Amino acid sequence: MTGIVSYGAYVPRTRLPLALIQGRPAKEGGPEKAFAYYDEDAVTMAVSAALDCLRGSDREAVDAVYFASTSYDLREKQAAAVIAKALDLRRDVLTSDHAGSLRAGTLALEAGLNAVAAGAAKRALVVVADCRMGAPRGALEAKLGDGAAAFLIGGEGAIATLSARAAVTNEFQDSWRMDGDPFTHTWEDRFVVKEGVVPNLVESITTLLRESGTEPSDLAKASIYAHDARALGTVAKQCGIDPGTLQDPLAGRLGNTGCAFAPMLLVAALEAAEPGQKLLCASYGDGAHAMMFETTDALEKLEPRRGVSGHLAFRAPIGSYDTYLKSRKLDPKEWAGGADLGLSATVRFRERDADIGMIGARCTECSQVHFPRPRVCIGCHAKDSWDPIRLSDKPGRVLAYTFDYFFPAAEPPTIMVMTEVEGCRVQVQLSNCKPDQVRLDLPVEYVFRKIHDAGGKANYFWKASPVVENEGEEGATR
Amino acid sequence: MNPEAIRDKVSVVGVGCCQFGENWDQSREDMMVDAVWEAYEDAGIEDPDAEIDAVFAGAVYPREGSGEVAESLKLFGKPITMLMDYCQTGTDAFRCGVFAVASGLYDTVLVLGFDKPKDRGVSGPSVSFDKVRGLPATPAGWFSLCAARYFETYDTGREDLAKIAVKNHHNGTLAPKSMLKKEITVEDVLKARIISWPFGLFDCAAQSDGAAAAIITRTDLARNKRDDHVLVKAVTVATAEHPQRDPNFDFLAWKPTLYAAKDAYAQAGITEPFRELDVVQLHDCFTLTELLTYEDLGLCKKGEAKDHIASGTFELTGELPVNTDGGLKTFGHPTGATGVRMIYENVLQLRGQAGPRQIKGATTALSHNIGGAPQTCGIAILGMP
Repeated sequence: MTGIVSYGAYVPRTRLPLALIQGRPAKEGGPEKAFAYYDEDAVTMAVSAALDCLRGSDREAVDAVYFASTSYDLREKQAAAVIAKALDLRRDVLTSDHAGSLRAGTLALEAGLNAVAAGAAKRALVVVADCRMGAPRGALEAKLGDGAAAFLIGGEGAIATLSARAAVTNEFQDSWRMDGDPFTHTWEDRFVVKEGVVPNLVESITTLLRESGTEPSDLAKASIYAHDARALGTVAKQCGIDPGTLQDPLAGRLGNTGCAFAPMLLVAALEAAEPGQKLLCASYGDGAHAMMFETTDALEKLEPRRGVSGHLAFRAPIGSYDTYLKSRKLDPKEWAGGADLGLSATVRFRERDADIGMIGARCTECSQVHFPRPRVCIGCHAKDSWDPIRLSDKPGRVLAYTFDYFFPAAEPPTIMVMTEVEGCRVQVQLSNCKPDQVRLDLPVEYVFRKIHDAGGKANYFWKASPVVENEGEEGATR
Repeated sequence: MNPEAIRDKVSVVGVGCCQFGENWDQSREDMMVDAVWEAYEDAGIEDPDAEIDAVFAGAVYPREGSGEVAESLKLFGKPITMLMDYCQTGTDAFRCGVFAVASGLYDTVLVLGFDKPKDRGVSGPSVSFDKVRGLPATPAGWFSLCAARYFETYDTGREDLAKIAVKNHHNGTLAPKSMLKKEITVEDVLKARIISWPFGLFDCAAQSDGAAAAIITRTDLARNKRDDHVLVKAVTVATAEHPQRDPNFDFLAWKPTLYAAKDAYAQAGITEPFRELDVVQLHDCFTLTELLTYEDLGLCKKGEAKDHIASGTFELTGELPVNTDGGLKTFGHPTGATGVRMIYENVLQLRGQAGPRQIKGATTALSHNIGGAPQTCGIAILGMP
């Protein structure tokens, strides 16, 4: 029978005492949430949970990896491939990412179960991880937590077999995150609970119970996505599930771990389960999804996992809200590390005469003109003997040219010319000219232009421009 | 100054070269070890710890200094020099090694050139935006500086350059370790997309990863290593005026080569290079660079390169074959390795081990790099005893 062969979980050690968000001191035993530290994300948590799950298993036997997360950032580039590589799985492993819904975790779990049931894979690894963010000090921030769950699915040796499932899909705007937005947003909570969370979870759970001929009292544990304690209580009541049957949603200890939430509660249930029990797992998001598992005798032979409870016990509360903000990169900096600052302000300062003024230097000994001003004259080797000479208003001529197709330009190629002005060589771009109009000895004048926008700022220098000989003739537009 | 001071005092007794190419699955360490171990074997070196006294290495891209070389080769407690001077880096590493051996301080020295530009995520050099002057700034733009005026002065054009690319593509097919092994036609060259006029894609060298190594020793010790050791006749570098600032630059010749050639020929005692040289590896970063270098090295008169290109003088079957292994164009151009790769090819040619591209009876061989804007040139001349 197809089912869960092994399980694992991960909860980051770092905990944010919720009191710190309001600027109050943290109290030992007070409510907190687990959050991914600065060096953790959905992928690292997934790998940690998978390692917990695969303890004692033959990794070579894994045929497929199904990863689910709503908080893996790359639009193009698969997380499952990174996870498979980190786990040193076979090259022919089938990998896929599931995303876009808080239900992605149980959907990936069902995909894994289906693949094994269909014979497409003998062993499938399902890994679910989320680290969603609410805006700093917003209502959601304190509710959300980070964590991961992992399940190894197989046709033989299952510790818990899938015995029933039911799902409803419901188009509904309750929580969402736009591309490029780091924060999850939600609609008014009462609406979300009354029209979304409760009716959909109840519909999926009651459908499952009815179709499988299961009485709520037959369930040993129910691991149900807990929007909050009150919504969870309402769901249980409407489904006829005894509150004592509910798997502890770890409020004030873990936080809502998104698409990993119900799967993590299932892991927590499995940690304490005995053979022959019925375990319900129900997730919510764009509808709801319920699955029922029956534990087998193999459960007793499974080597203990660190699981949810083991990881939860391993705590490192932080001492300041600032640490949380920094670890989530939510502390505003003057500029991000490694960002393009553009031209060095100090270099610009030193070279302002040349770059902005196009000021050259005439040697007072031999009259050779240089641009930019050097220390030693190339003509007579006199040192530091210069008169400034403004070149921007002097006539020049083209001595050499090339058409560069690499330089970013609105209309490549960029025409690069070596010009001679006052007996001095100045290499510049040629403006107001098309390639077929360039020729050696072309007379040019100099025009002030923006060269590029490095650093997000306009960076200026001079370009050459053909001298307009006939005032009436329309110049080329370049 | 005594230009003959080092002539014949130092010999190359071993060379090695890794496969050049886009070596995605190889690190700098991998390539260094491939090249150096081949050179060890070629020189009969069994215990590098005991037999190698010093290392002179060069590379343009890494910033890790001599430690990377020591760690890769597991050569510790020895003097290792790590130098960088753009395209002539490899030749300058060879020069420093030769001088160190000639001084008598070291008996046997390893010369190593390597680079891995293909880890940067760009094909070809990147355009710099840290300044406003001198842009666009790519080697194709720098080396095209002479094109317009040379073409006009000597009635030369892209078709003449194209034949150089065709030649080097052919030669590359005969070199087992070359990056590109593909025959092309003049039409292919002329039709290719323009990078920086007059250079189309096929006028540009193939930027690649690679490493090459040479073992050099005092000539009186070389006979113990192998009978066909190769003598160092000359090795020099020269630095010239910046061609974009020099008010006297004439756009017809690259001054670094003119300076270095004069010194190299004086060291080797060569007065008629075309007659006295049997094979030449020169820096064909772009086709025009090869054309100008024919003239700048004195292999033909200024303005006559076109005629020699047409008559096939510098082809494998010509009077003075140039870039017998495909050159930078097709063997590949891992900047710091190129100078040493040329030493490798010339040693094979002089020992008669160059296979289908062998130049019969070659006894004197020159290698040449030009780099920077360009401002620097390195030349080495090797010969048989």
